[in-house]
Amino acid sequence: MMTGTSIPWRGTLRTGLIGAVVTVFLSLVGIVDVFDARPLIAGAISLGQTALVLALLGIGYMAARSVEASRVQVVLAAAGAGLIAGGALTLLILLGAVIDIRAVFLHASPKLYGTLTLGLGLGGSWIPAALGAAIAIVGGLGSRLPVAARRPLTTALVALLLTGLFAGILRGAMLTTSLADLARLLFAPLGLTLLGAVVVVVVVAGGRELLTYTRLRDRVRALPPLRRRLVTWPAWAVVALVVLVLPQTLGSFVALVIATVALYVLMGLGLNITLGLAGLLDLGFVAFFAVGAYTVGLLTSTSEFGIADWPFWAAIPFAVIFAMLFGAILGLPILSIRGDYLAIATLGFGEIVRLLAGSDLLKAFLGGPQGIIHIPKPIEAPAGDFLYGPNQIYYIALVCAALIGFVAWRLRGSRLGRAWLSIREDEDVAEALGVNLVQTKLLAYMLGAAFAGLGGGIFSALIGSIFASSIQLFVSINVVAIVVVGGMGSIPGAVLGAVFLIGVPELFREFSEYRYLLYGFALIAMMLYRPQGIMPAKFAEREVHLDTTALTGGPVMGRPRSP
Amino acid sequence: MHTSWVERLTDLAIIGFLWAFRIAVVLVVVVGSLLTIASGKYDLDTWVSLLWRGLTLGTVYSLLALGYTMVYGILRLINFAHGDIFMAGAFGGYFVATGLAAIGFLNLNPLTSLLSVLMMMAGAVIVSVSLALLVERIAYRPLRYAPRLVPLISAIGASFVLEYAFRGFFGPGTYVYPPVDILNGSVPIEFMRIKWVDLLIIVSAVGMMGGLFWYVQRTKMGTAIRAVSEDKAAAALMGIDVNRAIVTTFAIGAAMAGAAGVLWGLYFHQVYFFTGFIPGIKAFTAAVLGGIGNIPGALIGGLFLGGVESVGPTLFLDGLNVPSPNQLKDVIAFTLLVLVLVFRPSGILGERISGQRA
Repeated sequence: MMTGTSIPWRGTLRTGLIGAVVTVFLSLVGIVDVFDARPLIAGAISLGQTALVLALLGIGYMAARSVEASRVQVVLAAAGAGLIAGGALTLLILLGAVIDIRAVFLHASPKLYGTLTLGLGLGGSWIPAALGAAIAIVGGLGSRLPVAARRPLTTALVALLLTGLFAGILRGAMLTTSLADLARLLFAPLGLTLLGAVVVVVVVAGGRELLTYTRLRDRVRALPPLRRRLVTWPAWAVVALVVLVLPQTLGSFVALVIATVALYVLMGLGLNITLGLAGLLDLGFVAFFAVGAYTVGLLTSTSEFGIADWPFWAAIPFAVIFAMLFGAILGLPILSIRGDYLAIATLGFGEIVRLLAGSDLLKAFLGGPQGIIHIPKPIEAPAGDFLYGPNQIYYIALVCAALIGFVAWRLRGSRLGRAWLSIREDEDVAEALGVNLVQTKLLAYMLGAAFAGLGGGIFSALIGSIFASSIQLFVSINVVAIVVVGGMGSIPGAVLGAVFLIGVPELFREFSEYRYLLYGFALIAMMLYRPQGIMPAKFAEREVHLDTTALTGGPVMGRPRSP
Repeated sequence: MHTSWVERLTDLAIIGFLWAFRIAVVLVVVVGSLLTIASGKYDLDTWVSLLWRGLTLGTVYSLLALGYTMVYGILRLINFAHGDIFMAGAFGGYFVATGLAAIGFLNLNPLTSLLSVLMMMAGAVIVSVSLALLVERIAYRPLRYAPRLVPLISAIGASFVLEYAFRGFFGPGTYVYPPVDILNGSVPIEFMRIKWVDLLIIVSAVGMMGGLFWYVQRTKMGTAIRAVSEDKAAAALMGIDVNRAIVTTFAIGAAMAGAAGVLWGLYFHQVYFFTGFIPGIKAFTAAVLGGIGNIPGALIGGLFLGGVESVGPTLFLDGLNVPSPNQLKDVIAFTLLVLVLVFRPSGILGERISGQRA
């Protein structure tokens, strides 16, 4: 090192201290001991321990990246950082033996200490520090692997995590088929078996290598368009088939979850127009959701609050129209105000609607907290029918989502779509170029509202009732998170966002209290490292000038305000 | 695009709608108030005590609003996590208070009670300031030059992280502040019933705001903060450490929020992980109401909002025969927010922030 040895050690200390904060946070917030109940690999490692291991791997990786030197120094730096990060847990355990941390932090329990020391208790308090150093060294060395080796390993690790998380569902699905024996071999009732873990790693890493080796993707891309279609269309057909038969094979609980996911895909696509295309941050999405839900509830319910006794199909157009009108009424006054004020104003509207729905003022009409019950399903289907229960909602939501996706896709290239994009980029310039700001924004807002209303209407049919307590700020936040994480303006992004942000947490109901914690981190991380989303829309990459490559350390977006 | 008659018609419709909206709000307020007063259901004492309650609440809103207003003034960022910084302060104060109650210091005699309150505030300020600096460092600083929506979404994320981290730390339950006996007694004056806690809130809030005003107007750092909020680039050229000014602003705002959290806890006696959300939005309303970026404006906005929220449900809605009007006090606050944003985004004292500067 040219600059002497003091610099890398400072970096190591810094990384180690960050790591210490992370590991102690994970322990005290409860992720380690609550997620300990669920194994990733049965008998070997739990999800809680996985979280710590991943954190320590990352710490080792970061520490190694901070020194650009020999392998010995890499090992030392990673070991030092890992020792500090793990040592913080050791200190926590020792401290916990002296004073009662639990009086303040609920999760600082003997159970946590047991998890951290692998069951040894106080005598094993050295274990986190030692393991921390060891795991961090692995992470540090990982950073020095050639890309050709690192890439399949990371892919395999991700695959291991995903299959471990979904082991129970995969197992359940496979048990109903002729693959039952294989399922018992690979999956424990919760988590993978050891054999299963090995199989997943080998298959995925090998498959990834095979893909790289054969350069399949490049070859397909290099095909002439007509021949390429011959390859890609069957692939899409398989995906479509899987999507269509999914609820039939996975049991009723999972069917409910994926119906919810499909519903959020629909709403995500709706907000994609408002937020993704026109750049209007609408935190009051739930207001229109409520309008749609209560419209369907009032028009179809067979309970005392039902006013029309209509079938679902007659009610849903009204839900959409009312939501749209409501969007116009709310949108008109507030659309002339600026972006961040708009977010707060819409948040205010969402809260007003929520409070009104539960108030005594409208109780005579909307049922107050007791809500409207006995909302019939759209299609009468006997149990066992392929359209029974949530399944039909899933298909309805899918069709609607496809419709919205189509509308959004066609609108994007239209005059209106380009006007939206220009507003998102710079309102003043857009106005100077002749875009009527209020009207263009209003259209985006009303379309978003219409789709929210559609989502609300379908939601009330899915649940069969609508309560004031369903009208939550979190509906809005969920949808915003889907759009932001998936990629603003991107249609596949919205689908992916809904699957990850709605589907995965719904499947882990026992950990649901950590859902919004993860959302929060996801929102921050996306803004810091990938503000264009996981799957950015192609046009966004082309048209939004996000200079994410400006610095290696952190992204700098847009241009500095000062000249 | 030439202006077609359709567009002109839509513009007219918009203007007409906005006027109808104004008239409707004014009608509800005026008719409701007249009917309520005419009904004579409430005597003067009720109104005075409602107003007093609004004043007390309002000063807490003002303290919180200062954090929003200063950060917005300097970064043009709605610090969505500010309400949760306030909640963190309330929690910090709670744990200090339970510790002091356990050793019997809290209610030993009036002097120790007063000292305890000071210690609670100190604890709350430490918690709030360190969290706010952490949030600033992680979630805001790297995004300082990003398009505006980006740091706002990051701030929403930070708010969720704080709320649910606290839920993870302390569980979803409500924590009840240990009672401070002397604060629940009444001030010995004749004409109305004032609790000591009200007096404590108002005096300490006004004191802190006075201190802040002095700091911002008279000290070197205060001048730096004002310069940075005027023009970051020019301030940097004048040799001001912009980063330090911004961090100081966050720290001051968080300190006020932490102290406000303790006052809130002493007044309402309880805190849980979601405590900060509604007061946070309301304090933002207060900041906008007073004119965002304007420090005296935050005081006026907070008092106004507190008053309207406290008196409003009874005054405006009771006469209109709205059942249980107090359920709707937040509706009134949020309606006020929307009204201000629509009709006077510059607030009571604020200068107009044009799209260009903002």
